[in-house]
Amino acid sequence: MKKFFAQTYLWLLLALLYAPILIIGVFSFTEAKVLGNWTGFSTKLYTSLFAGGVRHSLIDAIENTLTIALIAAAVSTILGSIAAIGIHNMRGRRRQAIFFLNNVPMLNPDIITGISLFLLFISLGISQGYMTVVLAHIAFCTPYVVLSVMPRLQQMNPNIYEAALDLGATPFQALRKVIIPEIRPGMISGFILAFTLSIDDFAVTIFTIGNEGLETLSTFIYADARKGGLTPELRPLSTIIFVTVLILLIIINVRSRRAARKQENI
Amino acid sequence: MTNNDSIIKIEHLSKAFGDKVVLDDINLSIRRGEFITLLGPSGCGKTTLLRMIAGFLKPDSGVILMEGNDISNVPPHRRPLNTVFQRYALFPHLNVYDNIAFGLKLNKVQSSEIEARVRKALKMVSMTDYEDRDVNSLSGGQQQRVAIARAIVNRPKVLLLDEPLAALDLKMRKDMQMELKQMHQELGITFIYVTHDQEEALTLSDTVVVMSDGKIQQIGTPIDIYNEPVNSFVADFIGESNILNGTMIKDREVEFIGHTFECVDEGFGNNAPVDVVVRPEDIYIIANAENAKFTGTVKSCIFKGVHYEMFVETDKGYELMLQDYNAFEVDSTVGMFIKPSDIHVMQKERTCNVFEGKMVSSTDVEILGGQFQCADCGLKEGDNVYVSVNFEHIELMDNKEDGTVIGEVEFILYKGNHYHLTVLTDSGEKVYVDTNDIWDKGDIVGISVNISDLHISKKV
Repeated sequence: MKKFFAQTYLWLLLALLYAPILIIGVFSFTEAKVLGNWTGFSTKLYTSLFAGGVRHSLIDAIENTLTIALIAAAVSTILGSIAAIGIHNMRGRRRQAIFFLNNVPMLNPDIITGISLFLLFISLGISQGYMTVVLAHIAFCTPYVVLSVMPRLQQMNPNIYEAALDLGATPFQALRKVIIPEIRPGMISGFILAFTLSIDDFAVTIFTIGNEGLETLSTFIYADARKGGLTPELRPLSTIIFVTVLILLIIINVRSRRAARKQENI
Repeated sequence: MTNNDSIIKIEHLSKAFGDKVVLDDINLSIRRGEFITLLGPSGCGKTTLLRMIAGFLKPDSGVILMEGNDISNVPPHRRPLNTVFQRYALFPHLNVYDNIAFGLKLNKVQSSEIEARVRKALKMVSMTDYEDRDVNSLSGGQQQRVAIARAIVNRPKVLLLDEPLAALDLKMRKDMQMELKQMHQELGITFIYVTHDQEEALTLSDTVVVMSDGKIQQIGTPIDIYNEPVNSFVADFIGESNILNGTMIKDREVEFIGHTFECVDEGFGNNAPVDVVVRPEDIYIIANAENAKFTGTVKSCIFKGVHYEMFVETDKGYELMLQDYNAFEVDSTVGMFIKPSDIHVMQKERTCNVFEGKMVSSTDVEILGGQFQCADCGLKEGDNVYVSVNFEHIELMDNKEDGTVIGEVEFILYKGNHYHLTVLTDSGEKVYVDTNDIWDKGDIVGISVNISDLHISKKV
């Protein structure tokens, strides 16, 4: 009996968690304009999503979102990794202080970050657009990269950098051939984190995107919803994004499971 | 020794981290092809010295000469020497082959030659057939072999080894010691080895450099270091020993533990206070007490494998450590002898504490960062003075607030019937104390001195 309740509770919880996504997934295979009406199975929304023409602004928004996310993730990975190495090599109180300063922006509400960046760009007289969104995203992603690279540096045997120098590597060669390979997993997870944070972001983007008609996915959906009713093509889009993320997660899980098993066998 | 003979010469090398002096005016000459060991307790500066030779640290003052050239400011990657680190420091993302080939690839050696040299190095450390293994899959001993191969494959002029065997278990350590010694003979290059294990140092080295407190205490062959320690620190650190206060009555005659012994030392003067070292295995013990030089009662007897270790209280109340192949019953009376050549006499490093200080009033003197009351001896405020206090007149107190100044017990030497302590005060000065109380290293104590025990003289 106890087991029955435990099982029921578990499934109920999972159902609640996944119901919204499932509903969107199911209704992406029908043509109805209003979500909730089932007018028979169809893949028309999927084809019209990629057909372009009418809904070109949505495709534009997706493109902007992805390119901004890629640039922001790449730049913040480089900046964050360099910063992490620098912080790691500091000593005592200085190191703690800088690390603390790194962590503050992550806890700062996005809306505050957004407003302050908005004011910064205004006061510097920078006209807002694609560039300012990218800069803003780099700014809020970098601390997360620092945070994901730091543990790798801390786990690293402190002598291996010296060992590389000792074997004739210049400081730069030692960085390239020894330190970077060691922190690469941290850099990759930092990159992925930055990428998803950037795609996800609305609060900072809306304040830095300007009013030249540039849209990312999040601002597009927001504007669309305000106009009344969501564009039906958002349903297949959401489904595709969800399935992609799901597949990615499964791949990452399987890989890390395999790596763990390999470690155990040694 | 001609100058050409020495491959590394260290002159007046000093280094401090903040306020703490870790190396204090080190002078050392290392011969080409020598196996030299830097030996000392942790914190003595041996690793700092090695890291400075490797180039990871810059000296505050002094120079390091390699074959006559000053290398003090040459970065590590341009020094013709290689290091074997304590925790191996292999590159985890590379396999065994690529780890060993790392230095050769950087030096743009041809790949056919790299392969031949890596194989030769692997053979040298008995790790043939391990080329493709992941370094994380190797045991500690195997990783250390790879680390050694990675260093020697570059044919350095000098190989630096920083406690390379410290992380291995005893059996593996013994095996590796023999292999290292053999490797040194085969390669013919200079080895500079750092360890805190005195047995390892004595086994491996041509020359041992005993260090303590950032200073070199003694340089010599293992036999010299063991048989002729220059001071009580070296005698205590190397092997087991009985270190006792004595008096050199005249040449070849020394008094200690209440008896007069014939010895082989000369030139200390008459009635000079000295330290006497007798190794536990050099005291002969017999059951028949009548014909012995001196007698005693066995207090404890412990089996140690090859020998028994015994503590004996002598007829004059001194405690001695002895080692013998035969066991003697506890509480039995035994007789003992010491051969003249087994008595080692050392100059006393000091006979009383001398502190530099300043008068704060005619009856108060400031020394060791605190104010001590003293008898009025006609000096006035502001006078710079020397204050001397006998070892036994320093009082140590459990409750640190009770003392005039606070210190930490740094070093303890048992002298047969009392302890000789070195206490480091908060002001960074050393106070030497003779006491019968038992203290532990690291104890924080209050230090005070009776008014009448301070002997003050004006500094001129």
